Amino acid sequence: MSATRAEVCVVACAEAWRGDGEILAAAMGTCSALGARLARLTFEPGLLTTDGGALLTAEPVPIGAPAGPAEGWLPFRDHLWLVQNGRRHVMMGASQIDRYGNTNISAVGDWARPTSQLLGVRGAPGNTICNPTSYWIPRHSTRVFVPRADVVSGVGHDRAAELGARASRFHGLRRVVTGLGVFDFGTPDGAMRLVSVHPGVEVEQVVAATGFELVLDGDVPQTRLPAEEELRLIREVLDPEGLRDREVGA
Amino acid sequence: MDKVMSIDEVVGSLESGMTIGIGGWGSRRKPMALVRAIHRSRLKDLTVVSYGGADVGLLCAAGKVRRVVAPFVTLDSIPLEPHFRAARQHGTIELTEYDEGMFMFGLLAAAHRLPFLPTRAGLGSDVMRVNPELRTVRSPYGGTGEDAEELVAVPALALDVALVHMDRADTRGNGRYLGPDPYLDDLFVKAAARAYVSCERLVDPGKLEGPPQTLLISRMHVTGVVETPGGGHFTECGPDGEPSRGRDEAFQRHYAASAADPEAWAAFADRFLSGDEAAYQEAVRRWHEEEAR
Repeated sequence: MSATRAEVCVVACAEAWRGDGEILAAAMGTCSALGARLARLTFEPGLLTTDGGALLTAEPVPIGAPAGPAEGWLPFRDHLWLVQNGRRHVMMGASQIDRYGNTNISAVGDWARPTSQLLGVRGAPGNTICNPTSYWIPRHSTRVFVPRADVVSGVGHDRAAELGARASRFHGLRRVVTGLGVFDFGTPDGAMRLVSVHPGVEVEQVVAATGFELVLDGDVPQTRLPAEEELRLIREVLDPEGLRDREVGA
Repeated sequence: MDKVMSIDEVVGSLESGMTIGIGGWGSRRKPMALVRAIHRSRLKDLTVVSYGGADVGLLCAAGKVRRVVAPFVTLDSIPLEPHFRAARQHGTIELTEYDEGMFMFGLLAAAHRLPFLPTRAGLGSDVMRVNPELRTVRSPYGGTGEDAEELVAVPALALDVALVHMDRADTRGNGRYLGPDPYLDDLFVKAAARAYVSCERLVDPGKLEGPPQTLLISRMHVTGVVETPGGGHFTECGPDGEPSRGRDEAFQRHYAASAADPEAWAAFADRFLSGDEAAYQEAVRRWHEEEAR
């Protein structure tokens, strides 16, 4: 069985939660939510996952399916309290992201009179300063990977460093998964680094689609392919309707 | 203790310039019948405090809003709210943009008569830049001077009025929700000088059957209660009802498509928003009939 690009992305998202143990895997976006549930079904069984709403499901459920038995209740207020508590690793989306992982879901252009009003900052400021944070960004382009985020909703490494060690002690950007590859911030100054490219993607392609200088650290490996069992779980259990392909073109 | 009112009585008691908190979350359990009544009222210059959805959008479209206080405005299944976007992009409203947790802490502070509550949420983000009135505080514990932890002091989000929508309420103003999420509705009513509850079904005192922990709103905080069957439409509100009161996705799509185009919006407003609540419900029923053909 050969994996599609979307399936590679789901597994790359799942990998974000490896080693996290018994915490909430909060996910925005289809491949991200699939990744959280796949991680729980395979290498990270302690994770807690939701039905996309207020219920912590007893077992990982397919996207959009009824929750089935619940093992916990997490209405929005408790979710917001959990952000402060910290037993949570969130994977968010971003309309803009810069070299140090500052992200924007609020507005494009001047905040006072935006050229394009987006969602608003939502929970991004609190998420990033209180919890480990990763990003799932299906469309990797210079429109999204920009030199500077117009409105900083999610806090990046440079800004966290400015706050000082005490105020930023719960800040931590883990990884960024896109339609082209996987990235982290494992550099001395916390700048974004290319970790791997998905099968069929060239490093030059990633560099060209990125509007800032990406750290390239020697030979860049290929993103790991899904195992047979992972493919079965994605295709037959978690996403039989193929919603993943709507986020990532084949 | 009978607090039963009509929609027009509730909205007639409001004044221009007020700060109005609206319960629910995004496109979920919004007191839309009351919002529609404000839409057709003479009120203006409102400050609307909301985890925003079509409530914010509709009031922006009608020119009722001076300022929005919100962490987002979204229709959930449709991410961006067209009227809110237009208002922001045309510069016709002011915005106080908070993180979701900050916003909750603002409501918690107001609900407990505190001037502020501290949180990390907001530190390092542009929430601090676009709200220059926000201040930080240093922890008086575990360190001195620069070593003391710095936190955002979220000011109390005190409301003149709160509007919330419940699945059930009794004539005294006690309210029950049937869905999986109470949202922040109890905090909205506690943060407000006056609160009005609209409900899908009104019952006599003592007839709010169900688990006690679903009794979300207490009459001690409530000024008036109004029965508005389908009053949450088109937002998602409660698992019961006939037909069920899930989000009317088809109608929401019609709303969003109309809102994105001035001519289509004029037609939408004329068809659905020019009459009272009964006229709205009837117009929606007919629209669905036409769509089913």
